[in-house]
Amino acid sequence: MTGLWSWLTTVDHKRIGVMYFLTSFFFFFVGGLEALLIRIQLMRPENAFISAETYSQMFTMHGTTMVFLVAMPMAVAFFNYVVPLQIGARDVAFPRLNALSFWVFLFGGLFINSSFLFGAAPNTSWVGYANLTSLQFTPGRNVEFWLIGLSILGISSILGGVNFITTIINLRAPGMKLLRMPLFSWMALVTSFLLVTAIPVVAVALILLAFDRFFGANFYEVTAGGDPILWQHLFWLFGHPEVYILILPSFGIISDVIPTFSRKPLFGYPVVVYAGILIGFIGWGVWSHHMFTVGLGPIADSFFVASTMIIAIPTAIKIFNWLATMWGGALRFPPPMLFAVGVVAVFTVGGLSGIMHASAPIDLQQHDSYFVVAHFHYVLVGGALMGLFSGIYFWFPKVTGKLMSESLGKWHFWTTMIGFNLTFFPMHFAGLFGMPRRTWTYQAELNLETWNQLSTVGAFIFGISSLFLVWNLFRSWKKGEAAPANPWDAATLEWSIPSPPPHYNFPVLPKVRSREPLWDEVERAEVEAVTLSEPEHEPEMPSPSFWPLVVALGVVLSWALVMTGVWWAPLLGLALTAFGIFSWAFQPAFR
Amino acid sequence: MARAAVIAQDDHHYTSTGLSSWKVGFWTFIGSECLLFASLISTYLVYKGRSVVGPYPEEILNIPLTSVSTFVLLMSSLAMVLALDGVQRGSRKLSLIWLGGVILLGSAFLGFQAYEFTHFVHEGLTIGTNVFGSSFFVLTGFHGAHVTGGVIWMITLWIMAARGKLAPADSLKVEIAGLYWHFVDIVWIVIFTLVYLIQ
Repeated sequence: MTGLWSWLTTVDHKRIGVMYFLTSFFFFFVGGLEALLIRIQLMRPENAFISAETYSQMFTMHGTTMVFLVAMPMAVAFFNYVVPLQIGARDVAFPRLNALSFWVFLFGGLFINSSFLFGAAPNTSWVGYANLTSLQFTPGRNVEFWLIGLSILGISSILGGVNFITTIINLRAPGMKLLRMPLFSWMALVTSFLLVTAIPVVAVALILLAFDRFFGANFYEVTAGGDPILWQHLFWLFGHPEVYILILPSFGIISDVIPTFSRKPLFGYPVVVYAGILIGFIGWGVWSHHMFTVGLGPIADSFFVASTMIIAIPTAIKIFNWLATMWGGALRFPPPMLFAVGVVAVFTVGGLSGIMHASAPIDLQQHDSYFVVAHFHYVLVGGALMGLFSGIYFWFPKVTGKLMSESLGKWHFWTTMIGFNLTFFPMHFAGLFGMPRRTWTYQAELNLETWNQLSTVGAFIFGISSLFLVWNLFRSWKKGEAAPANPWDAATLEWSIPSPPPHYNFPVLPKVRSREPLWDEVERAEVEAVTLSEPEHEPEMPSPSFWPLVVALGVVLSWALVMTGVWWAPLLGLALTAFGIFSWAFQPAFR
Repeated sequence: MARAAVIAQDDHHYTSTGLSSWKVGFWTFIGSECLLFASLISTYLVYKGRSVVGPYPEEILNIPLTSVSTFVLLMSSLAMVLALDGVQRGSRKLSLIWLGGVILLGSAFLGFQAYEFTHFVHEGLTIGTNVFGSSFFVLTGFHGAHVTGGVIWMITLWIMAARGKLAPADSLKVEIAGLYWHFVDIVWIVIFTLVYLIQ
């Protein structure tokens, strides 16, 4: 089935994955433009290219967009497309719920960006500290767009997390034991656990804020005994696991890419898995290192210094395992491998600066300075985003059945590396020389101009570099060379089926006997005997459904109507949601 | 590419663990809900004793009355267990009686809560009065909303049972609804203990 209607009603994890990717890729350019406006404004001291108010909206929306509308959903795009193929499943456990997650994400992203039309884009930074977000200090609609938008996106993430945990636990092909799963699926599992546990915490922080703003509650109202620090605790209790939600998918991708292009199994596979799980656990116990300047006292600070330094250990284990995988391997360097190695190099720089401000006394100096901005861009752009780029080059042939241009990919990689480092490395110095974060402008006497100009030039090179990716994606999709089932000679199940895969993925569920089924000649022959076969009749797949779209509209409407401040208005949205849920529940999944 | 013909399998019910995906998924969702209520309950506890004006909890919370409503909710869990048993035995009569029992007892609990809320408002405690009012109404209100959702779910199952569309083969639907119902019940036991009993 083709055409617009088939996309609106699709429950196919591959199509949903493609839609997740295209949406997050679009938002990547929205967030990127916001970053460029920030960089133009900071190019000169005492510049007035954009107003202070616009500047606040730009850095808030840049952060919010890149975290919630780019890095998270692009990782989920890969979860969607790749995980069922890697574990040998025909689809996710709940295909319609999966469609719902996507539509809620899309509408949530559009909702939060629609604030620009009202000149009321969120302007209190992506961490939205209380009580700056109170009606008293930010009376406009800005905060409301933000808190409602994030609440909507949270629903999408929780449902997605539930779906992927169930899929990975329950829909592995026969013989695909947990410790035979490809690392990307493993990290998808850990990330999903973090999603279902961390998102409810920020949901509560946002709900309390909503009650304060819309119904006059006192949660963050100091005069009534409320405590703004509560926001910081709830936000960072979510916020630090969130950091791992952003980075672990990328770790998973490069843990599959590096062995492929080293032609060696991943060094210390179980240790890499356990390190990922440990990061997930310890990630829950480090949140107050974002709050060293609050004054929580020496005991609390010491605890969080220690836990933060401890979490560097499993992270370093992974880095050494990647290096050991490459050691003595038959190395090849096509674009996915270049980006994977780029992640190892650049993420390590960000990891090292992270250990620096794990130390409370040092952090007191660095807090809220550009040094911190440099640090988290090294881990989130150099770590998370470049890992996702690696994934794009790696799985594009599987998704489209076309090969991407290697030379354009190499141009993309090197311009990215130059632009990225030129943008963010000087920020370390700007920060150490005293430049605060989220500052609209700075005075000439501070001698920060050179560092900022370097960053601005770098940002434009980085911006241009992504055009290579766009052109490569478009051109390869249109007239790339046809890709075979396994263009990289990779080891895992997704490469055992044709490129692009048939809509049912596997005519018969393959039986798996090892971690690298396609690297063992006997096992490969067995697996491909079923995966490359033509079924006499196609397996029955879940039917398309229109109701996830209706429910998503209902969910978004319920939240959007909260903004009217009329207590019964959201009930209209809830009624539509309920109508959608009932219609959905009584529509058979297979027809 | 040589593509030999094979017989495709329509194994919709195959799972790696042998458990139904609905159960695994729903337990995961309950895990997520635990964090939601944990955050709300922590907020209540953090704000305990920090209100600068009254009414304060000890002046207004009615332990005897809430003990009755707690008992009612606990009994609804018993009815839920018997309802599942009724469906599994294929007895439409028992299914209707006990699902009806869950609906009545759940609604009675909501009635107690509605009475409590209006009574508190008359006594001068609203969501905006102090941090006790804010955290109390949001916490118990969220729980009440969960009970309301559960009652609607049970009504749906009751109608299905009445139309004879709840055969023993469908008992998983009732089991999942039961998981939800017992979870919401357990959350109330925690709230009752921490908010009402330990002041």
